[in-house]
Amino acid sequence: MKKMIEGFFHYFFLLKELVKRGITLKYRRSYLGIIWSLLEPLLTMIVLTIIFGTLLGRSGKDYPVYILSGRLLYSFFSQGTTNALKSIRANSGMIKKVYIPKYLYPLSGVLFNYIIFLISLIVLVVVALVLGVKPTMYIFQVFVPLIILFLLTFGIGMILATIGVFFRDMEYLWSVATMLIMYASAIFYYPETILEASTGWILRYNPLFAVISNFRSAIFGEPMNLYYTFYSLGFAVISLIIGVIMFYKQQDKFILHI
Amino acid sequence: MGKEMLRVEHVGMKFNLSRERVDTLKEYVLKKIKGEIKYNEFWALKDVDFSVQKGDRVGILGLNGAGKSTLLKVVAGVFKPTEGQVVKHGKIVPLLELGAGFEPQYTGAENIYLYGSMLGYSKSFIEEKYDEIVEFSELKDFIDVPVKNYSSGMKSRLGFAIATTVKPQILILDEVLSVGDAKFRKKSEKRIMDMFDSNVTVLFVSHNLDQVLRVCNKAILLDHGHLIAKGDVEEVAEAYQEMVGDK
Repeated sequence: MKKMIEGFFHYFFLLKELVKRGITLKYRRSYLGIIWSLLEPLLTMIVLTIIFGTLLGRSGKDYPVYILSGRLLYSFFSQGTTNALKSIRANSGMIKKVYIPKYLYPLSGVLFNYIIFLISLIVLVVVALVLGVKPTMYIFQVFVPLIILFLLTFGIGMILATIGVFFRDMEYLWSVATMLIMYASAIFYYPETILEASTGWILRYNPLFAVISNFRSAIFGEPMNLYYTFYSLGFAVISLIIGVIMFYKQQDKFILHI
Repeated sequence: MGKEMLRVEHVGMKFNLSRERVDTLKEYVLKKIKGEIKYNEFWALKDVDFSVQKGDRVGILGLNGAGKSTLLKVVAGVFKPTEGQVVKHGKIVPLLELGAGFEPQYTGAENIYLYGSMLGYSKSFIEEKYDEIVEFSELKDFIDVPVKNYSSGMKSRLGFAIATTVKPQILILDEVLSVGDAKFRKKSEKRIMDMFDSNVTVLFVSHNLDQVLRVCNKAILLDHGHLIAKGDVEEVAEAYQEMVGDK
């Protein structure tokens, strides 16, 4: 652990370069560049609002805010974990050449997506203000789900990164899994009816739903659900511990499999 | 005798060569159940033990497959040895497969920063040396072009320029003296010779015995992963020639 912290400062510049590379390359060769990180969620929000709001008769002025908040958090989770999953293989050229602590690859993959995600929260602020969702004191709670979300994504990302080296299939399996998680995270529907039904466990045991739910509470001015907070925090910390242990036990074998 | 810079202690490196490639979970599970996964254990290095003093320039000789490149990668830290350990004192700069770590979509300029940071340089150091790197690599006109459009010679030149900007204490050379055209080769040889003058410690792999005799003062000879001779370069070169001659 001490070695890890020392290494972290030593490699801080490299980490910054890797994060920069992720952001730069994501939007390279597109005319609007980083603006897409704002435009894309906005456009998806409009599409989802039209489909679920108009066609399915979900009204309510703040429905777009509801959708947007869920979608932003979900897409960070899915992109961050997917990026971490592929990070070792994607950087095999470097790994075969010079020694760098390998956790930097999944970490930078999650970090750069987190930065893009934080930037895209600007859209949420604007849309919320336009639609008259006024911030209350509860808005300060927003940091709790945001931090838990990062830990959760990095923890799962480390687990996936380790598995991904040995089994390429994980990339395909995970893309199916993230789709399932999306439907189980109450992004464009209201969770109440499902929570009361016998299938409610799908939401209750989904840490991402817990994070999204707390995030929305902060935005709409309600207190956080304590069960959700502790469940998602516990889930995040445990997956982080498992991920780090798995990664450290296997990392010397990575080179033989990429 | 100078200060010890590098000690390779009883290093062994084992590879499991699976006979077939198992890439997918399904294949793995099926083959595991059927007991079809067989590994051929293969020791690329076995009980290799030597130490390098400050200012020594050690040639690593051996036939193809003797474990020379594996040894360099173990010293560079890319491979973790199965047995034994490598003790290093000082900054190691590996010149292995130049340009292999570049990000193809990045421009040359961006790659200088990325690659430099990978080699452990600080930001201010790279900023300071940036012009020198560009000039040495002779890529001024192409520095804002993505590296994927570079020729392999251009990539090697840029890689060489970045990696040799720093004055390392230990330099690892894997046949890199054959970078680029004759003119650049001359320039790169001169740069490496300058480093030699500054008392750098060198590990050098080459099949060119004349080059090894010219560059090195010590040498080790590997055969199928075993260290069979170490000492002054002339003696080891003789042993190497005998080995080659016998075959």
